[in-house]
Amino acid sequence: MSEKPSRAVDALLFDWPAREPALKAARCLECGALAFPVATSCRYCGAGKVTQEPLPRRGRLWAWTIQRFMPKPPYRTTETAATFTPYGLGYIELPGALCIESRLTENDPRKLHIGLEMELVIYPQWQEEDGTAVMNFAFGPIARLSESHP
Amino acid sequence: MRAAIVGIGIHKFGRTPELSGLQQGAYAARRALEDAGLTWRDMQFGYGGSYSAGNADALGNELGLTGMPFTNVLNGCATGGSALLAACRDIQSGAADLGIVVGFDKHDRGAFNASPAEYGLGEWYGEVGMMVTTQFFAMKLQRYMHEYNISVDTLARVAEKAYRNGALNPEAWRRTPLSLEEIKSSQVVNDPLTKYMFCSPAEGGVALVLCREDRARRYTNKPVFVSAAAMRTRLAGAFEVYGPTVALQKVANATELAARAAYEMAGLGPGDIQVAALQDTESGAEIMHMAENGFCAHGEQEILLREGETNITGRLPINTDGGCLANGEPIGASGLRQIHESVLQLRGAAGQRQVPRHPKTAYTHVYGAPGVSAVTILQK
Repeated sequence: MSEKPSRAVDALLFDWPAREPALKAARCLECGALAFPVATSCRYCGAGKVTQEPLPRRGRLWAWTIQRFMPKPPYRTTETAATFTPYGLGYIELPGALCIESRLTENDPRKLHIGLEMELVIYPQWQEEDGTAVMNFAFGPIARLSESHP
Repeated sequence: MRAAIVGIGIHKFGRTPELSGLQQGAYAARRALEDAGLTWRDMQFGYGGSYSAGNADALGNELGLTGMPFTNVLNGCATGGSALLAACRDIQSGAADLGIVVGFDKHDRGAFNASPAEYGLGEWYGEVGMMVTTQFFAMKLQRYMHEYNISVDTLARVAEKAYRNGALNPEAWRRTPLSLEEIKSSQVVNDPLTKYMFCSPAEGGVALVLCREDRARRYTNKPVFVSAAAMRTRLAGAFEVYGPTVALQKVANATELAARAAYEMAGLGPGDIQVAALQDTESGAEIMHMAENGFCAHGEQEILLREGETNITGRLPINTDGGCLANGEPIGASGLRQIHESVLQLRGAAGQRQVPRHPKTAYTHVYGAPGVSAVTILQK
């Protein structure tokens, strides 16, 4: 883990720093529905009582695309349209929970297919002026992760 | 008592640098009033809206400040549909006999950049690059192609048809037919969708004059009746634009809800529809919306497109004016453009793109962020 200061892009998404980070969801105490990100009320039944629980760290790719043009603000980047690197994004089916929209660590369409096993990764999305790294979540293919972290 | 459409007007879609969005709306309103043989002062109410070109009640500055009750509508892609729905209710309730609905817009070039806060989302959602509508359509389509075996050729066929129809429409923006190969080999924007499979934000204006069904023939000998106008928003767990999650169990989306409500209201089914306008912000959207609006089974689109069944001369012509793909998308005007085209088709006045079998029943559908849909069923 980097020694530079870092923070989560939004503290509601996941606790950071953490040894085994997991995304945080809200479970409705009235109807039992699960929601991400954590909210103070339930989007299914409108009840105002929810409790937090961690989401599974592994799942399968459910839908995906590659973002090939640089989004306009509020997208945060130091890139220009000319230096922009396309990124993957998709929905990950988390077993017993829900499908969650996420950036992907992979941007090569030949390496992505529906059903691919994916694992949560926390990565720096941008750096603030004081040097703080702003951390976001992504999902990446499991096989590739084990290759890069033997 | 249904509402009747007795006047229609449009300002050409595309780019009109010399006119503001509001002026394009005023131009459309003048044409619609002229079409009905009425004046702005005859209007007992107005509903209208734009997403990026200001409040529609400012039309009074162009057309006359008459003191009429004019309500601004801001409801994403359903702005036009919501304005029409409100107008129909004024007429159905007996509150008014005669009124106008106007939609117009003028957007900057490039994809829309919405503010997460306006949609009840955290800023992070936009900051990390997930607040882009084209991504949603691409991901929904990837999933749909996987589940129902839709090919890239079928995506290209939708776009090919749109530009072919647009070439026949003097009010359309993109009027040059493109080949399947040109469409497929153009730059990939969001896999699997290429540049020519997407519509672009644009400009334009549309207006409709409406009155009580029993007075329609005072103003036109070809009235078109609004048999249904329904608008629905998303359910929790459905797969919709700007949705950070989707439930594991499939939940009906806003389009499916609005379609169901409209058929019920009109007492008709998909088999009764003879010409349709379906939201085609990208070519996959038209394909998915065909099934979601009940016109075919999921996956059947592959055969229908290959056999040309949705062409102007086919069994169910779809987007005969070129749709969003050939007209671009001025959000406030897009839904009313579909109705303008449907009225032309029902009047038998669609010129070179007229559906040959004299359609009596037409269907329009819009869908947009963050999961809102409006459907109308029109009859002559």
